[in-house]
Amino acid sequence: MTDQTHLMPNAHAKSNAQTSRPTRSRAPFSLDRLPGAVTGWLLSLPLALVLAFFLVLPIIMIVIVSFWGATEFSIYPAFQFDNYEFLLTSPVTYQVFLNTIKYAVITWAITLVIGFTVAYFLAFHVRSLTWQIVLFLLCTIPFWTSNIIRMISWIPFLGRNGIANSALISMGVIDEPLEWLLFSDFSVILAFVHLYTLFMVVPIFNTMMRIDKSLIEAAYDNGATGFQTLTNVIIPLTKPGIMIGSIFVVTLVMGDFITVRFMSGSQKANVGRLISNDIALLQYPSAAATAVILLVTVLIVISVLLRFVDIRKEL
Amino acid sequence: MAKPLDLELAATTKMYGDTVAVDAIDHRFAAGSYSCLLGPSGCGKSSTLRMIAGHESVSTGDIVLGGTNITDLPPAKRGTAMMFQNYALFPHLSVIDNVAFSQKMKGVEKSVRLKKAHQLLELVAMDAYAQRLPAQLSGGQQQRVALARALITEPSVLLLDEPLSALDPFLRIKMRLELKKLQRELGISFVHVTHSQDEALALADDIIVMNGGKIEQAGTPRTVFNAPTTEFVARFIGGHNVLHDKGAPVALRADRLMVRKTAGVDGAALSAYVKDVEYLGSSVNLALDAGGAGELTAALTDETFFQDPIDIGATVFLTWKPEDAHRLAA
Repeated sequence: MTDQTHLMPNAHAKSNAQTSRPTRSRAPFSLDRLPGAVTGWLLSLPLALVLAFFLVLPIIMIVIVSFWGATEFSIYPAFQFDNYEFLLTSPVTYQVFLNTIKYAVITWAITLVIGFTVAYFLAFHVRSLTWQIVLFLLCTIPFWTSNIIRMISWIPFLGRNGIANSALISMGVIDEPLEWLLFSDFSVILAFVHLYTLFMVVPIFNTMMRIDKSLIEAAYDNGATGFQTLTNVIIPLTKPGIMIGSIFVVTLVMGDFITVRFMSGSQKANVGRLISNDIALLQYPSAAATAVILLVTVLIVISVLLRFVDIRKEL
Repeated sequence: MAKPLDLELAATTKMYGDTVAVDAIDHRFAAGSYSCLLGPSGCGKSSTLRMIAGHESVSTGDIVLGGTNITDLPPAKRGTAMMFQNYALFPHLSVIDNVAFSQKMKGVEKSVRLKKAHQLLELVAMDAYAQRLPAQLSGGQQQRVALARALITEPSVLLLDEPLSALDPFLRIKMRLELKKLQRELGISFVHVTHSQDEALALADDIIVMNGGKIEQAGTPRTVFNAPTTEFVARFIGGHNVLHDKGAPVALRADRLMVRKTAGVDGAALSAYVKDVEYLGSSVNLALDAGGAGELTAALTDETFFQDPIDIGATVFLTWKPEDAHRLAA
């Protein structure tokens, strides 16, 4: 709390004492009268309530349900580890988690390279602020349509008789349609990259814009080449943005199920699809247990990422 | 340290589109001298410095350092080093790594470059802070680190872009003395950009007053202050009155104006009305309205003033010695 809030009650008390004493009880309610700590708690209360009801409570529910039991047609409250035991002993779980992590890592790597390049171009090559804003908005235009539409629009493009294949055939690059373009890991990752690159661009661009341009000049003045400036100055200073973007992309990809379902033609699995299948079969306890394990996995990934950089400095 | 070398600008010009920022200036910075580029903002002094540093391309003309044409060389290959206005220390590197940065870029082995960086830090009395981050240092300390980082490249010319403007007034005077002392010890040329005439007068062996992309006057501080050659210089350097004597403008130092309460027998040149009296400690400034001659300032020593104080609203008579009036270019 600031000094001001501490000083103001005194000011009130003094003026009251000088004029008439009984005004204190009739004075309008004011935050100044409360001790600083109470004011702080009150101010944070609305957000705390929202988070408690819409984040903490549902998670607690999921954790509770994950210990419940289920039959083919009913679920019943219990405290048993059957769901976890089944999950952790099934080789399918490990395959699916591995696949999810594979998607996350590949998507992360590609979005990082593209995101960093785009942000670098915007922040350091585009000189005028107007053009930076124009080009940045251009990046966001795809986001004016829904995720699903953008995803589905790949299907006619990549299909066996789609635009990509027919173009390649008519150019004589290939003789037969490429089978791996659609309903494959390739198409899943392509869609992920398409959907989530902007989440990498924005935080990196934001951090880069805060880099003092004279640091780049100072690096050149000290004899650094363009590449040395990149590795010794720009990348270290952009780390917080890279980390924030990485957290976005990794959590989004690990939590996704619809992209994997559509773009793989239901041929590939990730944890999200595992959960969604369980829910479709009304196996809520099993779905909840999978969700808890996914949540723990994602939290571990984030805590590892946070080890590398203190993002609090950036917020 | 590197040999001091002469730096020469030959018709050096900087254009931004159609705007001429620096207009074909010629100047020779003598080896081992402390030069100040002085002028108001937008006069081209910073562009000039940045062209010398190689951070700004030269539109036409040349820059020659010790007989080598460095006009188109990259910053690090010129024999110059720049100290930036806000110091531009790398915030993610410790003080020692900041200083050793250029050596690291050259691929000098770690133990060697750290040893050298320590030597430079000792030179600026910052060795005790080697492991700190720039954000943990005060403005003056950051400046010393920036100096060490620039000097480790062994430049023949050190370029300083308004190095003192970010400091508070006391520290500014202290660092001013240290800069001058360092320059004397190293014996290399310093080129220092400033808009403060006090700074330029105190530091420079050679003052280059710039205005509108051109050099108005260059010379020793004493010449520039004592005998400004243009009205701009007289007004910018301060402490001068510009009068019109027989149709031609002349500059007259405020402290050379003699103020009398009565018209003398020698026929005082001007009479003036005292608008304001400012006590400045060792001197007292009178703001005068001399009618057709315009607004003038007379600076009296406090001793002279308090022997016979002058009130606001009084009429005084002004005289000066003919040799104190310096004719200005029209």
